[in-house]
Amino acid sequence: METRTASEPTPMKNRTTSERKSPRELVVSRTINGPTRIVFEAWTKPELFKQWWVPKSFGLTLLSCDMDVRPGGKYKLVFKHGASEPMAFYGRYTEVTPPARLVWTNEEGGEDGSVTTVTFKEEGGKTLVVLTELYPSKEALDAAIASGSTSGDMNETFEQLDALVVTLK
Amino acid sequence: MVQYRPARLDASFAALSDATRRGVLEQLGRENASITALAERFRMTLTGMKKHVGVLEQAGLVTTQKVGRVRTCRLGPRRLEDETAWIERYRRLWDARFDELEQVVDKLKRKEKGNGDQDRK
Repeated sequence: METRTASEPTPMKNRTTSERKSPRELVVSRTINGPTRIVFEAWTKPELFKQWWVPKSFGLTLLSCDMDVRPGGKYKLVFKHGASEPMAFYGRYTEVTPPARLVWTNEEGGEDGSVTTVTFKEEGGKTLVVLTELYPSKEALDAAIASGSTSGDMNETFEQLDALVVTLK
Repeated sequence: MVQYRPARLDASFAALSDATRRGVLEQLGRENASITALAERFRMTLTGMKKHVGVLEQAGLVTTQKVGRVRTCRLGPRRLEDETAWIERYRRLWDARFDELEQVVDKLKRKEKGNGDQDRK
């Protein structure tokens, strides 16, 4: 049974940051309230991963999620939005170091796909998650941003979907 | 509750759901190209490439201009988006995702705590 004591502070929402750290790199970071062991588990067990990777606000359905989380292992995620044809994202894990580091490739875009590195660092029972998307060239990242960008006359949901395409990788 | 324009939304999603079309966008991010050059690069027929470019054009991702007998493709008007604004949207998406992750982690923590309590009994 869960009882909250007075000494237990009300959880504050942690801040997510994002930046284009170099011409080829996008970086997002966030502190998660939990030990690296658990955060890593949520990131590498398909039944847990499925629960958070596609927030309801994205308006997408995750049709399938196959993850063979070990070096060289493949993954494939298939999404659907409305009546459009399903969209698959796939690649392979190149580094799996529990509970500190995960690296995977994003191969659905061909040779210009990015490589995603996630590091998990424990700080006082919490985990600092830093995710880096490294593109093969400045042009490849420019194109990813350009293809996800919109002019001002379209509203936010539409814009979010565009940006989402990059985050789903 | 639907506040977006479903037609545009679907057009964009459909446009980006195809690996060739994503490749074409990346290619045009480097330099403008004719449909013929794109067809050669992606090893497909002219007709096939025209269809792909048509889908991208409808979604506003690509514009084309015919000069003489050559139709040149370039990234569409939506390219002009400010990069900073785009990165902020990228951040908000990750923020939503991390919020959900936080909930899953919280559940696992409680479960572990619950099991621990049982073990001590």
